[in-house]
Amino acid sequence: MLTNLTMGQYYPVDSLVHRLDPRIKLVLTLAFIVSVFLVNSLPGYLLIVGFIFLAARKARVPFRLLLKSIRPLRMILIFTFVLNLFFTAGDQVLLEFWVIRITSESLRQAVFYSLRLVFLVLGTSLLTLTTSPVALSDGLELLLGPLKKIRFPAHELAMMMTIALRFIPTLLDETDRIMKAQMARGADFESGNLIARARAMVPLLVPLFVSAFRRAGDLAMAMESRCYHGGEGRTRFRVLKITRMDWNACLTVVLLIVLIILERTFVPASFPF
Amino acid sequence: MNTQVRIQANNVSFTYEDAPSPALSQVEFEVREGEFIAVLGHNGSGKSTLAKLLNALYLPTEGRILVCGFDTGKEENIWEVRRRAGMIFQNPDNQIVATVVKEDVAFGLENLGVPTEEMYPRVESALSAVQMNRYADSAPHLLSGGQKQRVAVAGILAMEPSVIIADEATAMLDPSGRREVLETVRSLNRNKGITVVWITHFMEEAAQADRILVVSDGKIVVSGTPREVFEDIDRIRDLHLDVPRMTALAAELRKEGMPLREGILTVEEMAEEVERLCPLKSAT
Repeated sequence: MLTNLTMGQYYPVDSLVHRLDPRIKLVLTLAFIVSVFLVNSLPGYLLIVGFIFLAARKARVPFRLLLKSIRPLRMILIFTFVLNLFFTAGDQVLLEFWVIRITSESLRQAVFYSLRLVFLVLGTSLLTLTTSPVALSDGLELLLGPLKKIRFPAHELAMMMTIALRFIPTLLDETDRIMKAQMARGADFESGNLIARARAMVPLLVPLFVSAFRRAGDLAMAMESRCYHGGEGRTRFRVLKITRMDWNACLTVVLLIVLIILERTFVPASFPF
Repeated sequence: MNTQVRIQANNVSFTYEDAPSPALSQVEFEVREGEFIAVLGHNGSGKSTLAKLLNALYLPTEGRILVCGFDTGKEENIWEVRRRAGMIFQNPDNQIVATVVKEDVAFGLENLGVPTEEMYPRVESALSAVQMNRYADSAPHLLSGGQKQRVAVAGILAMEPSVIIADEATAMLDPSGRREVLETVRSLNRNKGITVVWITHFMEEAAQADRILVVSDGKIVVSGTPREVFEDIDRIRDLHLDVPRMTALAAELRKEGMPLREGILTVEEMAEEVERLCPLKSAT
């Protein structure tokens, strides 16, 4: 259970998509997000759906798992849908009563905006499902590398992420230990209302924070004693290599974008829906 | 001179900021190549401070420390000192940086700017030297305490140090983990000639060293071979330290009139001595 938590969303299987360079995957996800915003008609959305389906298949990620990633977003989705449905202006009235006025334009907008959100989440989930957090932080560090010139702390951010990942299981273990120790002394974490339960957390959080700070001090000293002095002049143990597969993945996404642009230019926007 | 001096402390004092009295005062000692030195002392004696001074984590307020000829007090020497004198800390969890064992071993090499292709063989040989190569791809938090400390040793070993400083590296381990880590470091000392400074409060561990320095109230009060140091049992007890169990037993027995020899440290030596005094008669 603890290991699952460290890995976050990561779905560890070996697949074409898993083996792609994290830098490429990051860039492609960004390109995908842009292409989702380019789409404004049904055929375009079908293209996107097709692409996601293909990518999920290639990634060997079960479609159900991918769809699950939408769940935390359901409130926002409903909100977006309702807001667009009721407050978009339009001429072709479908339904009108009291202050509510639903037009075909507003319905269209509501559906499309919600779909966009869904696709955004699906695309980024596909990235986090197929890329381990460590690879992700590696990819981010290298992609943001050029920004070091304007003093953007790319290396420091990646190092912080790695250390956070390393210490999540350690701190979870510790939380568990402190909780048991406090329960043995009669602490009650489960009953009472929200405020009572929040108050019960204090004797858990205080020792946890104290120990986290002590660990941070220890770790800083251990890192220094192993000659850590920031990102300057540092070499890397893990090397990222761009392969043919990466170029193929790029081509696929470029193809998707080209198709979407073609669709936008040649298929009239008023096409059935 | 065929054995080089690895660590030389000249009249070293150290005072923590805002502390009324120095944590270490006028410490003077020398460690030679290939030696296994134990530093003994009870809590707050200044032995951990001493370890951190040897690694340039702290700088002496007074005096001078040379590690492999490099003065720790000079800014430009810091990385040379830390590369040559690797340090293992007390808490096994708080010194592992990466999420995979082999990547953690490579951490020091990355910091030194070692080329990537050179890292792989160095990481591998460091891990096999501490017999942890089977765990190269494991997550550190799934290892036992002793295994974590061995990974820490490998991380230092990859940097090819001349000295290993262990700052109570076994204090948080169970007895089997303690044995495992001490054995690993002792074999590195014997087989690779790496000098070891082993800071501890376990007498049984110190008894295995070539030489012991006893620290009390920031001063080195006794130094010598384990036999010499544990000879004067009353003095050791005055310093709030224990003597190894067998040494204490031998002293008690001598008091009762048994003519045991001086300087017994281990169970084996005791058994031998008892055997010598009262040989077992064969049954026939």
